Amino acid sequence: MAYPQGFRFTKEHEWVAIEGKSAKIGISDFAQNQLGDIVFVELPPVGAELTAGTAFGTVESVKAVSEVFAPISGKVTAVNEALAKSPELLNQDPHGAAWLIQAEASDPGQAAKLMDTAAYEAFVAEQEASH
Amino acid sequence: MTTPAPNPIRRTALNAAHRRLGGKMVEFGGWDMPVEYSGIIPEHKAVREKAGLFDVSHMGELSVQGPEALALVQHVTSNDASKLHLDQAQYSGLMTAQGTFVDDLLVHKFTDRHFWLVVNASNCDKDFEYICQQNRFDAQVVNVSDGYTQLAIQGPRAVAILQPLTSIALSPIKYYWFTTGKVLGVDCIISRTGYTGEDGFELYFDPEHSERVWEGLLEAGRGEGLIPCGLGARNTLRMEAGMALYGHEIDDTTTPIEAGLGWITKLGKPDFLGKRAIEEQSARGLQRQLAGFEMIEPGIGRDGYPVVHGGKRVGQVTSGGPAPFLGKNIGMAYVPVGLAQPGTEVEIQIRARTARARIVPLPFYKRQK
Repeated sequence: MAYPQGFRFTKEHEWVAIEGKSAKIGISDFAQNQLGDIVFVELPPVGAELTAGTAFGTVESVKAVSEVFAPISGKVTAVNEALAKSPELLNQDPHGAAWLIQAEASDPGQAAKLMDTAAYEAFVAEQEASH
Repeated sequence: MTTPAPNPIRRTALNAAHRRLGGKMVEFGGWDMPVEYSGIIPEHKAVREKAGLFDVSHMGELSVQGPEALALVQHVTSNDASKLHLDQAQYSGLMTAQGTFVDDLLVHKFTDRHFWLVVNASNCDKDFEYICQQNRFDAQVVNVSDGYTQLAIQGPRAVAILQPLTSIALSPIKYYWFTTGKVLGVDCIISRTGYTGEDGFELYFDPEHSERVWEGLLEAGRGEGLIPCGLGARNTLRMEAGMALYGHEIDDTTTPIEAGLGWITKLGKPDFLGKRAIEEQSARGLQRQLAGFEMIEPGIGRDGYPVVHGGKRVGQVTSGGPAPFLGKNIGMAYVPVGLAQPGTEVEIQIRARTARARIVPLPFYKRQK
């Protein structure tokens, strides 16, 4: 799988796409595949504070509840309402239509410290080899 | 002092076949098993709408033989095995003297002197030792589990898929009856039983033929929509059908009456382990009772989550999760008898919040006959 250029990724398989101070955040295709069929998504309200490395919501598969961790610090500006009705969208289009939240980054430089696309692809290849 | 090495993980004869099919493997009760192949939700729906094939070889088979085989079976189980005809099976409980469960199981009668107890994988060794300890009868107990591959083909199309592969007429085999015959040329016990709430069969045969029968069934059923299904769907199917899982709805602290399993508890039987305790509980009245619930606010009430009523914790979820066919989030829990009536509203504590749920009758799903 080729991951989108311009995204940055965490070791917990979240992605962030940042433009100036506007950030879009989601989970990667590797993450949705590991989770299996997604049945429920719990997201913070607009206005909630994000702290890099801290859980901001949960993604639930049939069998398990997984926390999602903020890749950057900031404030939530939008929440993807489509996921309440159609959580399976997260399995279908995790990098596009199934973004989780949008945020205003408090420190836009934070994202640059995360893995870029090439580094993440290598990281995923390593994870897959060890399974 | 050296610590004993942990038991190495066990594999069924189909382990390589599961991996070839892209099965996501997990450890379950000491076994390396597929939790899903194409996804729990499509697998669950396939069983309800067409058919699914499960490798359940990890289950245990305990053979009870001898002149007093029936007496031993009667002594350790809750149901009445004397009512079984040849080639008939019954669901039953393996009981402690306190009237609680060592395991749940199926009792199959081959002859008056030969029974099979089909038990949970995770309890097989425990059950075997327990029955041996209780065996003061002229009977032998043998753990024959390693001698059988067990497959379950379940769903409305199961008969149609299996019939061309065997000369045994399948339609006349009634639910919870079995026979022996050849499937794809392999000698099998063909049992009209299962753990999904659908029609279907469980096949028991020599592991030497595992891949041939597994591949043969998948090939034969492809046109009917048969797909391989893992333990994830096995669990959602049984939960949707309101069936108990040992370690969740039943264990060595629960009695059959509390668990809604009075129907497999035959107090008219001569003495059996736990009979006295169960009678005493019936006379006193129950304190708690297993109830089904469905979520009426967004959220999933999962295993172990607290059940709350009037601001107080009153129980906990024994099994809970999505019901893929019904399209709801459901679960079961022990609640005080006063709260067990369908229609009662309770709350489930889901991490930092509570979500409302309603008690509903069991089973959640019943197949149309």
